[in-house]
Amino acid sequence: MAQAFFGGVHPNDMKAATNEKAIEQLAPPAQVVIPMSMHFGAPCTPLVKVGDHVKVGQKIGETRGLGAPIHASVSGEVVAVEPRPYSMGGDMMAVVISNDQKDELSEEVQAPADPNALSVEEMIEMVKNAGIVGMGGATFPTHVKISGGIGKVDTVIINGAECEPYITGDHRTMLERPEQIIGGCVYLAKMFGVDKVVIGVEDNKQNGIDSLNKCIAEKHAPVVVEPLHCRYPQGGEKQICQAITGKQVPPGGLPAAIGCAVFNINTTCAIFRAITQGMPVVRKIVTVSGSGVIDPKNIECPIGTPVSNLFDACGGLKDGTYKLIMGGPMMGMAQYTADVPVGKGTGAMLAFCENEEQTIENPQCIRCGRCVSACPMHLEPLMLYQYTKKNMLEELDAAHLMDCMECGACTYICPARMHLTHQFKVGKQLLKNKMAADKAAAEAKKAAEEKKEA
Amino acid sequence: MTDYKNLKLIATSSPHIRNAENTKSIMLDVIIALIPALAFGIWNFGFRALTVTCVSVIGCIFWEWLYRKILNKPQSIGDLSAVVTGILLAFVCPVTIGYWQILIGDFFAIVITKQLFGGIGKNFLNPALVGRAAMLASWAGSMTSWVTPNTWAKVVGSNADITTAATPLSMLKGDDIAASFASLKDTYSIMDMFLGKIGGSLGEVSALLLILGGVYLLVRKVITWQIPVCYIATVAVLTLLFPRGGAGGVEWMLYNLFGGGLMLGAFFMATDYSSSPITAKGQVIYGIGCGLFTVFIRYFGSYNEGVCYSIMVMNCFACLIDRNVKPTRFGVVKSDKKEAAAK
Repeated sequence: MAQAFFGGVHPNDMKAATNEKAIEQLAPPAQVVIPMSMHFGAPCTPLVKVGDHVKVGQKIGETRGLGAPIHASVSGEVVAVEPRPYSMGGDMMAVVISNDQKDELSEEVQAPADPNALSVEEMIEMVKNAGIVGMGGATFPTHVKISGGIGKVDTVIINGAECEPYITGDHRTMLERPEQIIGGCVYLAKMFGVDKVVIGVEDNKQNGIDSLNKCIAEKHAPVVVEPLHCRYPQGGEKQICQAITGKQVPPGGLPAAIGCAVFNINTTCAIFRAITQGMPVVRKIVTVSGSGVIDPKNIECPIGTPVSNLFDACGGLKDGTYKLIMGGPMMGMAQYTADVPVGKGTGAMLAFCENEEQTIENPQCIRCGRCVSACPMHLEPLMLYQYTKKNMLEELDAAHLMDCMECGACTYICPARMHLTHQFKVGKQLLKNKMAADKAAAEAKKAAEEKKEA
Repeated sequence: MTDYKNLKLIATSSPHIRNAENTKSIMLDVIIALIPALAFGIWNFGFRALTVTCVSVIGCIFWEWLYRKILNKPQSIGDLSAVVTGILLAFVCPVTIGYWQILIGDFFAIVITKQLFGGIGKNFLNPALVGRAAMLASWAGSMTSWVTPNTWAKVVGSNADITTAATPLSMLKGDDIAASFASLKDTYSIMDMFLGKIGGSLGEVSALLLILGGVYLLVRKVITWQIPVCYIATVAVLTLLFPRGGAGGVEWMLYNLFGGGLMLGAFFMATDYSSSPITAKGQVIYGIGCGLFTVFIRYFGSYNEGVCYSIMVMNCFACLIDRNVKPTRFGVVKSDKKEAAAK
């Protein structure tokens, strides 16, 4: 058992609702809405216009700078290219495709003659063209992570912790598609030139661990499965590195700084499909669960499926549903409409109708220090909260607010029900604004001095 | 099918789930942990122990309610913290204390110490201890008249005629420690001390039941081990190493541990969230500090008992400890720190 990280919390995992339900294919939706930003970086430029006919896997969005291309997930006619509601809040340029239900595959999707004969550069190119991003939710472009890590990385980690409550998509993938995971690991090992890949899995998924081990034994793959303590946020990138290697990623650094690269289970599957079939990311496994869902399920659906279609496939929502969450309950985003579409980073869609929030009026910190012992980044949330409230930006920076990854462990454990994480998001924005203002002031001063000298 | 256009949705920041534990449930756990010691107080000193405690609890709730009513602040008595303060203040008073006196102690605890600084979580001193200190300063006589164990005090009416006894701690002091310690051993066996069949404050006498309550709080994760263990261990080590009056170290240590308010202080007073440090490391320092001051006051001070003042002194250091004892930043390993220091 790998050593755990410092801190963390142990919420009820709520996975029993869906962890024994096989992944179902969603009945093809009549329309998909594909937003032009499903990755970390600038939004893509749409390549199609209204009236165009598109096929599955056809590239419809090209990157500008850091990012990943976007592909059509169904075949049919483009009926709109316009801003639509989007899971990160507000609207985002989206390509709306009316599904002709023919499911024609684009000619652009070409399987290589011999996937095992590809060079490292060719493999990275295929990952890039397939539009693969971190499917765990961070959506960092995978080809950037691979090409940036080659030479520095000696430990490739596959993140199968799935530590957020409710979500079971990765678990089901381990049970139903272990060959894709292990296959993807083999290609990753090849790209990084390492002789071993480690898959970290929380020990509440013992049958998933067994399934992976069986597949590894059959294929004699250079992969080991490391059972991890069941604790949130075990699946945080820095936490899983710490659990597996014992090393800590330096502040503000990437896992590559300690020789690690971390990929999600479903990202690994996507790499496998891209390299063996040339298939881009057009489908996503989403766990639809929560107290407001009548029949919770794991569903695989085309990217861009409106979430209302997912709920319909699960028997609809219960009366009194007050919250829709895209992602897990700890870090997911609450949605204000059911029109938002499934993106590349959507692992779950939750609906709540009971008193999950347990909010109270006028919360008062009692200084119990539970947040301090829960913070996996070794921060003091109660202090950060006070500094933010009082706009004490220098103290806030000195207390390393920017190290906070907004995992929500402090807020979950807080007996006084303080809105800590929310306040830290505000505080981070205040700090960013201040840094920008400081920079602008310094530049203005410099320009004025230069002018003087001239 | 569901009407998605007319869902009444709220969109708030993550996380969207919360642990079941809340301020009220924590306070309720503390109250439960104090009940065995209260029951023993009743058995040892009579029903007046119960009535004094009840008056103190009602007093604390009343003052909190009144203060917040007058200042038009949201009511907070529902969090039960005033109840805990009320019980703790009663526990550190002699059972013969007047009802009106404890109401004034409640005023100091709730209004002066807690509410004037902003209410729960904002007080830098332990409210019950300030209440006791104020009462001791005001009525040194009635705050130090200790009923002989197993004499029941009258619930109403004067208790002036009741037999009083010296507490074990007062017999560990004085000019001739050897003689008074010998007479203490004759009066109370170590077992009496441990069980609580001794004179003293209403709720502090039974070390056994207070430890039981403390263990309950540890099991329920209401408190962590750092403060009580470091506090008691510091007192134990110092009294073991430096016995007085020619007594054996172990014997001297046990009389010191079980006499006075050490167990009540270590498990229930020093662990008060708002007046103790927030980091585990800070709590170790704080616990050791409490232990040092307790022994210093008992050995060199003019008071017999040092628990109350030692915790209050360390309360004042808690903020300083929090400022200087920070968790190590994630990703900064020891060798990096040394390099940074070398630069």
